[in-house]
Amino acid sequence: MVRVAVVSYPGSNCEAETNRTVVRAGGEAVPVWHRDTRLPDVDVVILPGGFSYGDYLRCGAIARFSPIMTAIQEHARTGGAILGICNGFQILCEAGLLPGALVRNEHLHFVSRPVALRVERTDTPFTTRFQRGDVIRIPVGHGDGRYIAPPHVIESLEKNGQIVLRYVDGFLDVPGNPNGALHDIAGVCNPSGRIMGIMPHPERLADPMQGSHDGLTMFESLITSHTTAAGAVA
Amino acid sequence: MARSVNTGAHTGRERPVKFHVHLRVMPRAGLLDPAGQAVEHALEALGFSEVSSVHLGRAIDLVVESSSAEAATDSARSMCERLLANPVTEDFTIEVVA
Repeated sequence: MVRVAVVSYPGSNCEAETNRTVVRAGGEAVPVWHRDTRLPDVDVVILPGGFSYGDYLRCGAIARFSPIMTAIQEHARTGGAILGICNGFQILCEAGLLPGALVRNEHLHFVSRPVALRVERTDTPFTTRFQRGDVIRIPVGHGDGRYIAPPHVIESLEKNGQIVLRYVDGFLDVPGNPNGALHDIAGVCNPSGRIMGIMPHPERLADPMQGSHDGLTMFESLITSHTTAAGAVA
Repeated sequence: MARSVNTGAHTGRERPVKFHVHLRVMPRAGLLDPAGQAVEHALEALGFSEVSSVHLGRAIDLVVESSSAEAATDSARSMCERLLANPVTEDFTIEVVA
């Protein structure tokens, strides 16, 4: 079974839904605490949403120095998949595992609502079960979600296809870009596509009772892409 | 105002001195600063029509034990680069007082 570490920090608040969604997608969720110094034997690491260390200094800035981060850096170095959701995305940027930064929303308001997202790539472990160009609908909830990076970085992200999810306007009855992110960026990956950070919360729309499973599909991608990979090796 | 203290015959080395370090971390010039704009609008609403270019940042004070003001500055610069400022979005200034 595909094993997924879900790492909690003081102030994380989405780990329960994230664990549940991993299980619903067919994986095994392995809770990990920020003070652990070793990762259990896992295929995937998820950094869930929340307000790690109270967002002191900057969102994600302190979490980056927690004891577990050395093991996460090693997981990244050896090509392990990592998904950062919201605060997890902020942590990945602060840790230098993803380029750019997430700053205060342009309009200064905390935004909590569904957004429409276009799936730009399906060859990452997080998006295999979507079709390229699919528009999906999952919620955001953040005050500091405006993705920015220097112009040459944005240009290289566009050129290398590292923008995996983009806010779109005029779809599914929800307004577009909720925070002023450059190039409508909602999610980016590293050059290998194995590490992705996204501001929206797929784990918040993953229960059939909610009438949509777009968020669950992302987790199922993560699980099946690792099942297939393991099968190919065996 | 760097001040070096030599302990003389005992060790022949400089004894560390406590320096007060004042750091100022500001949004990089030219980047959108919505918080600064919001405060500027609030000041205008209070009748301060003469105000412009409001920017919000962080002030961080700390004490560094160091052999010289230069070493304390280097140390503070490293702290800013590695933690206290975001190299993508912020600039910082360092003031060291013995």
